[in-house]
Amino acid sequence: METSVHGREIRKDNPVLRRILRVIIWILLIALAVFTLIPFFWMISSSLKLDREVFAFPMRWIPETYHWENYSLIWERVPLLTYFKNTAFIAVMVTLLQTLTSSFAAYAFAKLNFRGRDVLFLCYIGTIAVPWQAYMLPQFIMMRSMGLYDTLWAMVVLQAFSAFGVFLMRQFYRSIPTELCEAARLDGLSEYGIWARIMLPLSKAAIATLVIFTFVNTWNDYMGPMIYLTRDMNKTIQVGLRRFIQQYSSDYHLIMAASLCSLVPVSVVFLCLQRYFIEGIATSGLKG
Amino acid sequence: MSQAEVRKGRYKMGRLEKKNTLIAYSFLAPNFIGFAVFTLIPVICAVALSLFEWGGGDISRLKFVGLDNYATIFAAKKVAEKGIGYFFGRADLGIALKNTAFYTVVTVPLTIVCALALAMLLNKIRGAVFFRTVFFFPYVSSMVAICVCWSFMLMRNGPVNQFIMALGIDFNKGWTADSTMAIWSIILVSVWRNMGYYMVLYLAALQGIPRELTEAATVDGANKWQQFLHVTLPQLKPTTFFVSVMMVISCFKIYDVVAIMTEGGPGRATKMLVTYIYDEAFVKNRYGQASAISMVLLVIVLAITIIQFSSEKKFSND
Repeated sequence: METSVHGREIRKDNPVLRRILRVIIWILLIALAVFTLIPFFWMISSSLKLDREVFAFPMRWIPETYHWENYSLIWERVPLLTYFKNTAFIAVMVTLLQTLTSSFAAYAFAKLNFRGRDVLFLCYIGTIAVPWQAYMLPQFIMMRSMGLYDTLWAMVVLQAFSAFGVFLMRQFYRSIPTELCEAARLDGLSEYGIWARIMLPLSKAAIATLVIFTFVNTWNDYMGPMIYLTRDMNKTIQVGLRRFIQQYSSDYHLIMAASLCSLVPVSVVFLCLQRYFIEGIATSGLKG
Repeated sequence: MSQAEVRKGRYKMGRLEKKNTLIAYSFLAPNFIGFAVFTLIPVICAVALSLFEWGGGDISRLKFVGLDNYATIFAAKKVAEKGIGYFFGRADLGIALKNTAFYTVVTVPLTIVCALALAMLLNKIRGAVFFRTVFFFPYVSSMVAICVCWSFMLMRNGPVNQFIMALGIDFNKGWTADSTMAIWSIILVSVWRNMGYYMVLYLAALQGIPRELTEAATVDGANKWQQFLHVTLPQLKPTTFFVSVMMVISCFKIYDVVAIMTEGGPGRATKMLVTYIYDEAFVKNRYGQASAISMVLLVIVLAITIIQFSSEKKFSND
């Protein structure tokens, strides 16, 4: 009896209370969003200033005059274009190879019966648990003796065959009913045909997740290129930017302009495909 | 059926099986060859390398030294002389372990609180997709750009200190150059960058809580805070466990932020396990010793993973 009275009371003053609460939450969220984005605002504002204005007191969020020429200057000072090209090459190659080979392998793990399947899969899973930093040294020594040191291909082969991709795709393929494959087999489709005509079209969402994961991770990778790429002509945008920072350490405005440029490609990809990215994380819960 | 026919049938089955296995291997091969060469073999070799010495150059220069590398990194002689205090107070590995542990112990709860708070605010509100994108954005933006931006902002006369001064607190030290503040600047950037990622995990978990549960609590007269404490939080337990394990592991692997913002300094104030590995290997060319340190990392990460697996059942059942 009492509980129902309580319930009615709560329901009665709910509309007003709820509206107030909602407004408070909105204000809070906007404040937090501004806080989260402050570094990016500061980056934009500083990139349009003169170097001595960046740390002026009191600081100005909006520059007195906009120095757009900063953005043309950086392309002359550092081979940014080369860095961009290298990074794009690595990111695209890794993404392509990774998606193709791992969806291929995942099909075997998810839908085919063969000897040694569980042992092989265990090998894959096992290496996910091993941090890369624990085996990067033997890997480095091996790659060096293979003559891959300081080549872009080193970065490609290092990341193109990760266990993570196989695992992600296999989990998805397992959710596709096996009856579909069996029906196709009865219709005379080969296994390759089933993969190409049934599994691939059905796994668009998973592939989108894998593509954007791989692309963002390779684009932002720092330690790998740091170890493997030493010649300037081979550097990726991350290590190139780092070199630029060390060389022109007091040209704050130019550093900010170059940093902002390095953010653009990955931001565009993220904003276009963010649904897949965020949903992919929510369902797989795995870190790339 | 004659025996010959049975045998024939068996033979056929065998051939079919063989064919199927071959097809399966052809699916696996492109990925597996790359995986075996570039991941599996190095993983297997990792332990072995820590027993060798290698200063670069030809592979034939590998020299077996047994457990010497471990004796060096654990400063065995000095520890035997001066006690365990020496290890944590002076030895590089001890300091790196201490710093990494401190960073982890602070970062993990802070990130969880921020991520959960954001998720709670975003749950069932209009415009959630927009805010979700905003909070997630730092996670995809490249490390070098955001780290250098933060280290500028945390400079002695940067905007953060200007803000602090405006609050009436006298503080004008450069964060990354100060031995006590340096690690806090790394924690700040890590929490800021990762909270959006874990928020997404919490949001997914919140959406999985059955509506009847919160409704029943409301009917019972529980206010929002009680609801959160007694219904939502217990329901989120498996997620929190999963998130903390993942985060502890990734905290132990921290490298980028430190390398870009402080390079382990000032002094050894922000020396972490992985920055130590990097320095030993690629700056000082002591690959064997660096391998021994990476085995310490491996043992820590595997121990956490094993704890996760063994308690997963317990956490996901209630």
